[in-house]
Amino acid sequence: MKIGAPKETAPGEARVALTPESAGRLQKLGYECLVESGAGVAASFTDEAYRAAGVEVAASAADLWNNADVIVKVREPSADEIDAAPEGKILIGFIWPASNEALLEKMKARNMTVLAMDMVPRISRAQKMDALSSMANIAGYRAVIEAGNNFGRFFMGQMTAAGKVPPARVLVVGAGVAGLAAIGTSVALGAITKAFDVRPEVAEQIESMGAEFVFLDFEEAQQDGAESGGYAAPSSPEFREKQLEKFRALAPEIDIVITTALIPNRPAPELWTEDMVEAMQPGSVIVDLAAERGGNCTLTRADERIVTDNDVTIIGYTDFPSRMATQSSNLYANNIRHMLDDLTPDKDGTPVVDMDDDVIRGALVTHEGEITWPPPAPKVKAIASAAPKRKEPEETAEEKSAREAAALKKSLNQTGLMLGIGGLLCLGVGYVAPPSFMQHFIVFVLSVFVGYHVIWGVAHSLHTPLMAITNAISSIIIVGALLQVVSGSSTVMILAAISILMASVNIFGGFLVTRRMLAMFQRS
Amino acid sequence: MSEGLITAAYVVAAVLFILALGGLSNQEKAKRAIWYGIVGMTLAVAATIGTPGVGQYGLIAALVVVGGSAGWVVANRVQMTQMPELVAGFHSLVGLAAVFIGINADLEMTRALAAQDAGTVAELAGFAATIAKKSAVELSILKVELFLGILIGAITFTGSIIAYGKLAGKLSSAALTLPGRHALNLIALIACLVLGYLYLDGAGLWTMIAVAIIAGLIGCHLILAIGGADMPVVVSMLNSYSGWAAAAIGFTLGNDLLIVTGALVGSSGAILSYIMCKGMNRSFVSVILGGWGGETQSAAAVDGEMIAADADAVASAVADADSVIIVPGYGMAVAQAQASVSALTKQLRDQGKRVRFAIHPVAGRLPGHMNVLLAEAKVPYDIVLEMEEINDDFPSTDVVIVIGANDIVNPAAQDDPGSPIAGMPVLEVWKSRQVFVCKRGRGTGYSGIENPLFFKDNTRMFYGDAKASMDALLRELG
Repeated sequence: MKIGAPKETAPGEARVALTPESAGRLQKLGYECLVESGAGVAASFTDEAYRAAGVEVAASAADLWNNADVIVKVREPSADEIDAAPEGKILIGFIWPASNEALLEKMKARNMTVLAMDMVPRISRAQKMDALSSMANIAGYRAVIEAGNNFGRFFMGQMTAAGKVPPARVLVVGAGVAGLAAIGTSVALGAITKAFDVRPEVAEQIESMGAEFVFLDFEEAQQDGAESGGYAAPSSPEFREKQLEKFRALAPEIDIVITTALIPNRPAPELWTEDMVEAMQPGSVIVDLAAERGGNCTLTRADERIVTDNDVTIIGYTDFPSRMATQSSNLYANNIRHMLDDLTPDKDGTPVVDMDDDVIRGALVTHEGEITWPPPAPKVKAIASAAPKRKEPEETAEEKSAREAAALKKSLNQTGLMLGIGGLLCLGVGYVAPPSFMQHFIVFVLSVFVGYHVIWGVAHSLHTPLMAITNAISSIIIVGALLQVVSGSSTVMILAAISILMASVNIFGGFLVTRRMLAMFQRS
Repeated sequence: MSEGLITAAYVVAAVLFILALGGLSNQEKAKRAIWYGIVGMTLAVAATIGTPGVGQYGLIAALVVVGGSAGWVVANRVQMTQMPELVAGFHSLVGLAAVFIGINADLEMTRALAAQDAGTVAELAGFAATIAKKSAVELSILKVELFLGILIGAITFTGSIIAYGKLAGKLSSAALTLPGRHALNLIALIACLVLGYLYLDGAGLWTMIAVAIIAGLIGCHLILAIGGADMPVVVSMLNSYSGWAAAAIGFTLGNDLLIVTGALVGSSGAILSYIMCKGMNRSFVSVILGGWGGETQSAAAVDGEMIAADADAVASAVADADSVIIVPGYGMAVAQAQASVSALTKQLRDQGKRVRFAIHPVAGRLPGHMNVLLAEAKVPYDIVLEMEEINDDFPSTDVVIVIGANDIVNPAAQDDPGSPIAGMPVLEVWKSRQVFVCKRGRGTGYSGIENPLFFKDNTRMFYGDAKASMDALLRELG
């Protein structure tokens, strides 16, 4: 079958869905490739380069749409394109089905099979075709570059012969893929970077990129990003208030703000209000990556760069990836290529729409004359749920004292019981034993107690020396042998002599080994 | 020497022994503590030799010199890694001495009674003379004490020999599980008690010799049934037994110093056993009765794969790390890797990294085994920390290097209720950023339990002999 990439019709769109490189890979899957003449020019891929990669160049869009079986695009097709399209094509591209229902109807009428790159579920297996992430990564990088372009100072602080240069202070709001890319770029350029996100679990990622997480002291069941497929969800009004308060405090000291906060299928949350813009120093820059959805900054105007009265530049471009068309075309074409890889299990150039495949089913928006959007929930959760923080129920003062009293009572009872049993045993022994024995018995019991208390004080690390020294002093048994060595019986003498011999081995060996060990312990 | 002076000497000796044990509460005091022990022992022996009725000074001197030099030579030659078997071996001597002294006491008692009957008490010397003065009740109590002394002494003797064999690798360290082993032990113990009763009834010396033999068999069988991983408990338990045996003999001889010292050693060993058992979350009884619970519990199977890393990869991760924790286990002792580990530690510390050691209470084959090995290799003791001190620090640690340890870092103890080691406190190494496990091969540890740590995403296996691996790592870093 043939895969064709038309020239993008959206104004200003420089990207292309097929590159000479990705075409080579697609050919290995058994496809033939087709590109509209001039489709890659804006992204620096000439028709010659395509031809060199074995790609057929179609003279016109109509030519391409008629010849190709699978159309790969970047932006959603315009109404005109669909109207002109032949029936039964497979289309892969960004579709945004939630906001383009009319378009879905049209495509359904054309009996098209449409796979939306923006609907690829966020599961590990699908990361390679997650075009939103790869575009967001570029947008994040480019946002910092655009900000630098409009910012009159260095990012990195410097001490020069001509004077001291303070580092730029960057705040990144929203630490999704774009946010993290922006953090990475900003840190790499040497700016002091702070970042904020409503999902507390990304704090670690933010810190791992070298930025400081702006901590919000807020008592609320924090959002678990895992529940919402790795995306942020709307926050409560109280939380929002607290958040705005924090931003307001930060605004005067921040030179560059990059906002990337988006909530799926909703207008962008308003996070950087007019008064914050006014509080910023002249020359500051705001880059609003959410401009397409209304912007995180109140003053943002989509696709425009405006300068406020207090000389703050607000950039609301929506085409950051397109501004780096070569890079983004490469990555996007690779995403498309991976998608086709999954669509072509037999590598025979025939796409198979497998409705049981979570990724394909998720991306599929129309198929066989039906609108298949929205898809059922994927079987695999996007990311493992964050383990809920175990929260010990706060115990009240009464409960605590009751518990402690109970524990004390229990331990007292136990001690009492033990003492009782021990006392009875002692009494029993005392009843039958003569006084001479009881004297020794007292000594024995007291020694056990002394031993018990002394040994608990021994350091863990000295347990081996402890064993060696107790071993040495247990050879005190030599005393017994010494007392017996004088006897009228030769057997007794021999046995006592052997005992003395063995005990002396133990005395000398035990103490020497202990000394050797203890001598080794030293402080650094 | 007068009776009063001797008792005074004994009191001083007993106090010195207590100070010697108490002094082990920290490393600095410990060096002084050993001298308390030595002085106490010298005093006790001197006072005993000075006791009226003790003679044969030439023989005693000769025996002490011969025995002492033998002990001296052994203690000087022994490697620090052989410490467990040395301690076990020494215990057997105390056990055997207790048996001999017990039998002697019986022989002397027979002689004393015979002399009483013949009216020649005045001719008796030494211990026999003391016995001749005792009443009938005192004599039966003496018999009980004697019985206990011989019983415990014999168990200590053979048990220690088996423990020595296992620790020295001369016997298989696997648990020997005879069918009906609990019944066997019980029957043997009952036999001993019956013999003891017969003895009290006046059956004569043969019963005590039979007790010694049967108790010896119990000792063998008990320790044979205990697996290698439980050895720390066994060694400290035998330590305890040798103390109780000495105390029992002390009762027999009516010697308070023996009683005091025996009780100190006995309780010390018992507490050590208790600490070790807690470290493994096992009850003392189950350890003593031998083998891993081993019944039908099936541990969850682990899926995933172990990913190997070479010295180069480990070196680069370690070079990037700011904080490193090293977890040594028995494998380090086996490979004699402590000097290489120490060199590595020094190098990393010189580079300004924070290097610490985490010691699990049951790491190695003897309580505190790892501490001694690391001390031998001149690792400063203030960076060697106990499990409780360091377990909370793993999440903030960049790299953990596990050297020859397995069960003590097994997350199954916490996660898998079906695991035989479930509930055992373990070092939570998997919470760190990156774990390297230095291990000889893919096999399981002493307990034969699969370790899910090796399959975790942040774990890399660094196969090879611990010493060779550490040396390779040193070269890469150097």
